[in-house]
Amino acid sequence: MQPAIEVKHVSKRFGDVCALSGIDLEIRAGEFFALLGPNGAGKTTLISIIAGLTLADSGTVSVMGHNVITQYRQARQSLGVVPQELVFDPFFTVREILLIQSGYYGIKHNGDWVDEIIERLDLTSKANANMRALSGGMKRRVLVAQALVHKPPVIILDEPTAGVDVELRQSLWDFIRQLNQNGHTIVLTTHYLDEAETLCNRVAMLKDGKIVALDSTRNMIGKLPAGKSVRLRLLPDTLPAALHTLQLSHTGGMVELRIDTYAQVELILSALRSAHIEILEMHLQQPDLEDVFVNMMRNSGNEVT
Amino acid sequence: MTGFFTLLYKELLRFWKVGFQTIVAPMVSTLLYLLIFFHVLEAHVEAYPGVAYTAFLIPGLVMMAVIQNAFANASSSMIQSKISGNIVFILLSPLSYHAIFFAYIIASIVRGLLVGLGVYWVTLFFFDIPLAQPVWSILFVVLGSAILSALGLIAGIWADKFDQLAAFQNFIILPLTFLSGVFYTIHSLPAGWQYFSHLNPFFYMIDGFRYGFFGVSDISPYISLLIVAICLVAISMLTIRMLKTGYKLRH
Repeated sequence: MQPAIEVKHVSKRFGDVCALSGIDLEIRAGEFFALLGPNGAGKTTLISIIAGLTLADSGTVSVMGHNVITQYRQARQSLGVVPQELVFDPFFTVREILLIQSGYYGIKHNGDWVDEIIERLDLTSKANANMRALSGGMKRRVLVAQALVHKPPVIILDEPTAGVDVELRQSLWDFIRQLNQNGHTIVLTTHYLDEAETLCNRVAMLKDGKIVALDSTRNMIGKLPAGKSVRLRLLPDTLPAALHTLQLSHTGGMVELRIDTYAQVELILSALRSAHIEILEMHLQQPDLEDVFVNMMRNSGNEVT
Repeated sequence: MTGFFTLLYKELLRFWKVGFQTIVAPMVSTLLYLLIFFHVLEAHVEAYPGVAYTAFLIPGLVMMAVIQNAFANASSSMIQSKISGNIVFILLSPLSYHAIFFAYIIASIVRGLLVGLGVYWVTLFFFDIPLAQPVWSILFVVLGSAILSALGLIAGIWADKFDQLAAFQNFIILPLTFLSGVFYTIHSLPAGWQYFSHLNPFFYMIDGFRYGFFGVSDISPYISLLIVAICLVAISMLTIRMLKTGYKLRH
């Protein structure tokens, strides 16, 4: 099947700064994909190149099989982008903006779909308000709406939940997830790694303009050297001899025990019970995408593809 | 074509929504010029034999208002979009370079013509201005405003901040306008000045435009038309090239 986005050997410099070097990336149609990386890793540059806002120094990019330079009109027609910056046109109302945006994509009578997006993004009460009068969160919703007016098969969201309250974040993701279920390919960047972990089936991690990890979310976490562990605060603060082999650390009144399977928790509990040791506090530690991220960013140069 | 018409509609709506600032205010300032020059010079100067100074001045001021506003419209729309960042909505869309060019240019021509027509209409209540060959006037006012619209777009794309745009306007557009014969016929100038005036493309716009009113001009309207047309084609090609290569718009 034709990939939704295909990036081949893309490099980009800004003066002396190498923003991207030799990026290869293929995002399949229907994927929910996350681009992660610290600030300045090149995420936004990569997105801008895919969107045609930035021109690559070398390499090619296509969206739904259309080259973003030579077939820019078809490529842009297939793409909806939610920019990171809260930009807006102060001359118009929300509904006017969305109808104008539809027109740019060659759609004349888009009132029904525009009203539907307005409703889904909870903008109904602001539909006829001027953009200037909207709060930051509301402006963010309008940006999402603008990216969707032409029902693009591929949707890119550059940090869509930055500075957005919990309620909107939830409803936004519900909406995006539904779009993904309806067949839209979703690419997002976010600093909230828990979001990427719950939503995305595949993740690419960027560092210094290079992809340092690219895999399914589950595989990435599974590959982590650090396994699961249990942290306990005990009374008295001693560990039965049977559990000494599991001990990872014992600092500040907290004991950390390594476990390989969740069933081991039961053994630990029974060992403590028979030694008459009371559990004051207990945490189950399991690796998540954040651990993968920290691990990847620490070990630079280990290119994984 | 829907994309083009939408952008044109948006650009028209943009200045129409602030019409006091974009149409009425420049009309008032142009009419003030007229009032002052009329008061000071009417009795003293005759531009062409039988043509009173005020009658001579009015087409010049109308053309000046048209070209200044055509320039202001395209340049301010572009730089505002760039600085506020909402240019991204046009850059992300599948609008072709030509559609973007023509939408900006036509909207700016319309604003220029609205201001010019407004000034002309008001002067009709007070002065008797002939309109000997209206086709020539229309031709020159449309071509002239198109050139200034394209220059406005170039300036708006080139300038990174309002300061640079103001420099472009004050050090290039304004001198070329004021020294083009808006206020005087170049035959009244010393030979050296006359020569420099002939190097100013704005001179041909205004001279040709005035020919439409009086049937008299400093040089043949056919030559002026040729020069103005060449300028328009050259500046348009440059503007389209800037849009196509993404100069200062796509990094």
